[in-house]
Amino acid sequence: MPRPFALPDLGEGLTEAEIVKVLVAEGDVIAEDAPLLEVETDKATVEIPSPMAGRVAKIHVQPGQTVKVGAVLVTFDDAPAGARAVPTPAPGPPAPAAPPRAAAAAPLPAAAGEGPVPAAPATRRLARELRVDLRTVRATGPGGRVTDDDVRAAAGAPRPAAPPAPAAGARLVPGRAEPARPAVAKPLAAAGFEPPPLPKFEQWGPVERRPLSHLRRTIAERMTLSATLIPHVTHFDRADITELDAIIRRNVEEAQQRGVTLTLTSFLLKAAALALGEHPQFNASLDPAAGELILKRYYHLGIAVATDRGLIVPVIHDVDKKPLLDLQRELAALAQRVRDGKATLDDLRGGTFTITNIGALGGTGAIPIINYPEVAILGVARAREEPVVREGRIVPRILLPLTLTFDHRVADGADGARFAAAIVRRLERPEQLLLDW
Amino acid sequence: MVMGDLVIEVDVAVVGGGPGGYTAAFRCADLGLETVVVDAGTRLGGACLWEGCIPSKALLHVAAVLGEAERAKEFGVDFGAPRVSLDPLRKWKSERVVGKLARGLASVAKGKGVEVVGGTAVFEDSRSLRVEGDAPQKIRFKHAIVATGSLPAPLPGVSLTSERVMDSTAALELPDVPERLLVIGGGYIGLELGQAYAALGSKVTLVEMLDGLLPGLDHDLVQPLARRCEKLFVKIRLGTKVTSLREEGALIEARFSDGDTVVFERVLVAVGRRPVSAGLGLETTRVRPDARGVIAVDDRCRTADPAIYAVGDVTGEPMLAHRAMRQGVVAAEAIAGRPAAFDNIAVPAVVFTDPEVAWCGLTEPEAARAGRKVKVAKFQWAASGRAATLGRADGLTKLLADPDTGRVLGVGIVGPGAGELIAEGTLAVETAITIEDLAATIHTHPTLSETLMEAAETLLRGT
Repeated sequence: MPRPFALPDLGEGLTEAEIVKVLVAEGDVIAEDAPLLEVETDKATVEIPSPMAGRVAKIHVQPGQTVKVGAVLVTFDDAPAGARAVPTPAPGPPAPAAPPRAAAAAPLPAAAGEGPVPAAPATRRLARELRVDLRTVRATGPGGRVTDDDVRAAAGAPRPAAPPAPAAGARLVPGRAEPARPAVAKPLAAAGFEPPPLPKFEQWGPVERRPLSHLRRTIAERMTLSATLIPHVTHFDRADITELDAIIRRNVEEAQQRGVTLTLTSFLLKAAALALGEHPQFNASLDPAAGELILKRYYHLGIAVATDRGLIVPVIHDVDKKPLLDLQRELAALAQRVRDGKATLDDLRGGTFTITNIGALGGTGAIPIINYPEVAILGVARAREEPVVREGRIVPRILLPLTLTFDHRVADGADGARFAAAIVRRLERPEQLLLDW
Repeated sequence: MVMGDLVIEVDVAVVGGGPGGYTAAFRCADLGLETVVVDAGTRLGGACLWEGCIPSKALLHVAAVLGEAERAKEFGVDFGAPRVSLDPLRKWKSERVVGKLARGLASVAKGKGVEVVGGTAVFEDSRSLRVEGDAPQKIRFKHAIVATGSLPAPLPGVSLTSERVMDSTAALELPDVPERLLVIGGGYIGLELGQAYAALGSKVTLVEMLDGLLPGLDHDLVQPLARRCEKLFVKIRLGTKVTSLREEGALIEARFSDGDTVVFERVLVAVGRRPVSAGLGLETTRVRPDARGVIAVDDRCRTADPAIYAVGDVTGEPMLAHRAMRQGVVAAEAIAGRPAAFDNIAVPAVVFTDPEVAWCGLTEPEAARAGRKVKVAKFQWAASGRAATLGRADGLTKLLADPDTGRVLGVGIVGPGAGELIAEGTLAVETAITIEDLAATIHTHPTLSETLMEAAETLLRGT
């Protein structure tokens, strides 16, 4: 009986995903939970496990294709009688050899015997938790019994982001009633080295363990990747936006009549896109393996948006080519989609440079972390009216603090200063609008 | 009140308050899910507590006491002829046993905040159901768990409605002790109730369509029970069908396939149980029971409808309360997003007769059918000190192990206390331990549990 399998709901409001890899071939007989496909969502690559055991009759998708939730990916047939599931290769290093034991048979893969894999119920639960197919685990226990350690060894280094966790919940330690909304806690993807084990905090007082949400996990992994891989350097500057502020104020009503709320952000986008045109190494990605810098001839700018679920960076395409009011309109619609959890994959990818506005909640400035694999990110703090000395007199001016963080592998301090100045110049002399914009 | 006046919104609606249903509901509540149980009797316990496992074990305990008193004559103790008073017996069964346990369940439900709604649940779609009954209402749920259980199956081809023809539910009410009782069905229900009535004084005839008692089970385990039944029952008719039942005044005349006709005061029909899945409105959901009424579920107890789970007898064989309870836990945890699975290898089964028969994991007939090589050890209780002191040397402990790895694959026990002894065997099979582990574990002397260790040692020595 053919059984179709459709793209499941991936959570976080995503309605589509791009197929990255197809991990099975037509005709394969696979076990339930064996990896089927890799798809890319907002920021993470997600492995989709097989929902059932059976023979892959037809694969309906190919790498590079974007599919909507509910689209049929694979059709299964019942496995022919007697067919054995193809064991999926266990990731990670091979299990250590078993210590010799007189009366027990030599260690052998658990699947070698017939019937269910010999393992205690708690070990089987661990395997489900770590998404390890018990049939692929090398057993070291007596009589081919799979132990907890065997399962952990088969799981190897913690695997990349698994399919979305259910609603976030919390677990109290020790010995307290479990509260509502349980969720499954999964280890974060490793980042090059093993962190040392944590102390037992319970010894100093009660603690609460709370699984990370899918988005939190993604953010954590991306930030770790960026912060450990990229040598960050940050340049500070300030732009005098007194004139720009006046222009915005004068045009607020005019824009409002056209259905747009004019803000500084659209000017920031435009200024950054034009400055990037002059300094292309900041609109790039480094390919360390090839020893090349990939310069992008398009200007798709990400804007960091705080949501109640966490940070999301939607992308506005071709910022350099779009009129200011169009940018402002697009920005408002995009931010709304993101906050409603309705952003599409296209809304979230393809960025070449990111702007993060950290001014809304106060503070005098912050050093952002680069949105990997981009080269630079511009942090914008709150604009304030401040006393400024001009031609020997103190005058009130509106100053906007800027922090430009960039990849020191790609550019040096002087390059960063020049690029920052190119942004500042455009914000300080809005009459250049007429010439360049 | 107009139907639909009251709408309850819950995370989980459990349909049926039996062992599967209440276990699922309690676990859901523990996991922080708002849970309601809909039960036709507005009570928890289901067939198990009210008309199955528990009351039958109460009666079988009485039978065991009578049997022990009878056996005591062998070692010089004579209590004289027992006098059984049915009123106090019924009262003890329903108040001190069933009633006490029911109150316990109700107070657990209260403590966990699980509401029990009385009435018949009828699904209206995959998100809601209506409750029909004295207090009609509507329940909207995120998930539902169908735990409607099973009912005694009628005798195929024979239709006679008479209060003298009982199913197991009616027989457990103990209306009287009939002089002559016909038990139709040589499965565990027929044997248990047949023995209980025989102990109370009925002359029991048992008829079984197939050519042995407990059909399909290992002959080594059935044999001691069959010998005991031959003593307890007036007659056992194997390979025989009942072709008709006719009411003749206060008697029932039964005609058998071999042409005999015999009259009885009462007849017990115990030919199996059928899942209860009709009339639930499941056609409004994506759940489609099969021709027998069984709802298919996967290892997370999920049905074809993503919002609806099912546990217990309604999901088919083996129809056992402890399987339902484990499924209930799995369904609740799966709904809560935990990585639960009903991947149990051993579901133990016990026949609470005299002697008890219990088994788990692989049986010898199953191994033979599958063409699977196994090493088998049989330990006769004649060599057990404890069995000798009990005056019960007729028991047997049987162990099946994998010839290559020594892993324990199955355990079968027949003898008094087999129902308790099987727990160790189940743990051995479920946790995949080896005969060496079993043989090297100290077992209390002198107990019947030593027979498991002895059987394992037999295999280790290769004899």
